[in-house]
Amino acid sequence: MSGKRVTFKNLWLAILLILPQLFLVFTFFYWPAGEALYWAFTLEPPFGGEQQWVGWQNFETVFADPLYWNSVKRSLLFAFSSTALAMGIGLLLASFVDRQLAGYKVYRFIYFWPYAVAAPAVGLAFRFIFAPDAGFVSAINVWFPGLWNPALDGFDAMVLIVLANAWSMVAYNFIFFLAGLQSIPRSLVEAGAMDGAGAVRRMRDLQLPLIAPTFFFLIVINITDSFVNSFGIVDITTGGGPARATDLMVFKIYSDGFKGKDYSLAAAQSLVLMLMVCALTFIQFRFVERRVHYS
Amino acid sequence: MLGKRMIGAAAAAAIAIGFSAFEASAQQRQRFDYWYGLTGQLGEVMADHCKRFNESQTQYEAVCTGQGGYDRAEQNTIAAYRARQHPTLVQIYDAGTVNFMLSGATYNAVQFARDFNMKIDWNDYFPGVALYYATSRGEMWSFPYNSSSAVMYWNRGAYQRIGRNEAAGTWEQLENDLRSLKASGHACPMAIDFDTWQWVEQFLAIHNQSIATRANGYQGLDAELVFNRGLLPRHLTNMKRWLDEGLVRIQTAQTGKTLVQAFADGSCAVTMSSIANHGVVGSTAADRLQWSVAMLPVYEGFQRHNSLVGGASLWVMQGKSRGEYQAAAAFLDYVASRAEVEWMPTVTGYIPITNAAFRHMQETGFYSRPGFAGRETAITSLTFTPPNENTRGIRLGNFTSIRSELTSEMQAAYTGQKSVQQALDDAVARGNQILRRFEQTMRGRQLP
Repeated sequence: MSGKRVTFKNLWLAILLILPQLFLVFTFFYWPAGEALYWAFTLEPPFGGEQQWVGWQNFETVFADPLYWNSVKRSLLFAFSSTALAMGIGLLLASFVDRQLAGYKVYRFIYFWPYAVAAPAVGLAFRFIFAPDAGFVSAINVWFPGLWNPALDGFDAMVLIVLANAWSMVAYNFIFFLAGLQSIPRSLVEAGAMDGAGAVRRMRDLQLPLIAPTFFFLIVINITDSFVNSFGIVDITTGGGPARATDLMVFKIYSDGFKGKDYSLAAAQSLVLMLMVCALTFIQFRFVERRVHYS
Repeated sequence: MLGKRMIGAAAAAAIAIGFSAFEASAQQRQRFDYWYGLTGQLGEVMADHCKRFNESQTQYEAVCTGQGGYDRAEQNTIAAYRARQHPTLVQIYDAGTVNFMLSGATYNAVQFARDFNMKIDWNDYFPGVALYYATSRGEMWSFPYNSSSAVMYWNRGAYQRIGRNEAAGTWEQLENDLRSLKASGHACPMAIDFDTWQWVEQFLAIHNQSIATRANGYQGLDAELVFNRGLLPRHLTNMKRWLDEGLVRIQTAQTGKTLVQAFADGSCAVTMSSIANHGVVGSTAADRLQWSVAMLPVYEGFQRHNSLVGGASLWVMQGKSRGEYQAAAAFLDYVASRAEVEWMPTVTGYIPITNAAFRHMQETGFYSRPGFAGRETAITSLTFTPPNENTRGIRLGNFTSIRSELTSEMQAAYTGQKSVQQALDDAVARGNQILRRFEQTMRGRQLP
């Protein structure tokens, strides 16, 4: 490792070159994070002014609230189901394009588009499509009255936001999976086919193990993204309801902090969320990455 | 690379600022910043109001910026105030009143009007409008602006088919009407949603019931919620029963149609909403939809009281220059003039907020013109009785969070997860925790 390290002869020039980047990271990450850390231990009036140091009170309030644990549970459910769905579909689509099924050039081009759509726009589209009275999906309720109603049924609402989030993440996963699959030498896959392995078998025993690093990378990205980027979708489609069924951690932070102006409670929650995402990522690196072999 | 681009951008920005400062001085008009929260068609009306002011005189210029929603306007003003970049004037919704009163960041309206020789006649505002923005002693701290109240929208055509030609005055009568409407084949007799404003807050006011102790919070931050006792549990239990019987239906943006949309397209025969939507219903109503508005119903055996004002008021912020304040005072005088108070109801569903303007509009026949007839209902409702401790307003810390707790609990009750009484008890318990936290955060501060 150390043999590959690049060294700069002129240390000052190097520092000067990375300084703007460090400045940005400091301004937009460490400074706000530091501020949040301070707020989490105080009671901060909305307009500023005299803060009171309250020690662990904000964290105690957060952890003593059964509805906070509800929101943790919902967030985990949301993150794992939308990750599984988005990666499953992404892999399926990538394998279709990789096998060069009819029209694959067009698909390769358009599958990436959803990723470019902003989360609130995704939310709005899904709200329209899945509205039980007026959306395209309302046909379901004509055949089975009352079957689908995300405005009143918490399970339906969770399905809706999982679908919306997965839809926007599929595109990202698709591109990475496709790149992974195409880096596998054709001769390997063809050899497998000649030995009589079907498409599913080749995927399971040959291609998946070979793209394991990509797979692992995408798990980390998808789970992190589901925890921190789901706000826009929840805000537009369900608003955290019905009866807190989709009150994800990041949405609760927004409603407590920005709607309720309780900055201290929101700061404490965002620290908990940050630590939780760090811990999840750590667990993945510690236990999942062991099974990954980088070539 | 990025650094270089940033320096370039910074230089460009500096030049642009330099130029605009030059432009301003060339025009020699005293400018002031005004932020408003309303969006969409109402946002355009806000921008129009600024334009009208700027064209009405040559001395001052209002620089008006929409903030993309009431809650954004409040958030942005707070953030800007902390960075000392705040506007002189800002439009803040009813629920933000407490934060602003306790902020120490505002210039109270009565004092401001005195300091800048404004022509405002404080006694001409409808008491129900004025007291919402006044201290417990009745001194106004912000300038009333766009104001509304809740009314019942009802479909005349559908009512005629059940042999009735007037709206229900009581909930008992309304229940009968809804039953007949359903029997006549109307799939959605009444549309409801989980908004606490018309379904809980207005309901409590017109039945003279407290939402909280200490005069609905006006007398101190130690107020406690009490809406789980009294009439509300009985009313929401009825509502849940009607929901199960198919007499009312839940209509939200999530189900596909909001209350107003479901009423305007004729699918639901009755709903309750702000009078501000009168214009929207008028312009989006289905062909041949005959409709009208009436006051919210009361239960038999209860005296009707005045309903609450909704909407927003204008707050003057601390820390601006004398010139900016003079310009803002001119703007506030302009929008409070009789002509402008009358203009607002002609382009929106909002009500005129002064006696003089309302009287003049009645005399000139505004309320008998097609499209505007019926809007006086909101004023009748708002001024039905002189406001008392239960009906002048709600002054509770972090009220937006209390509203959202109550909304969640109403959802839980209406979908059968818990009983109405249990849901209201839980909403009160959680709401009281929010109030105690707010009280602790504001320790050492008193409500004026």
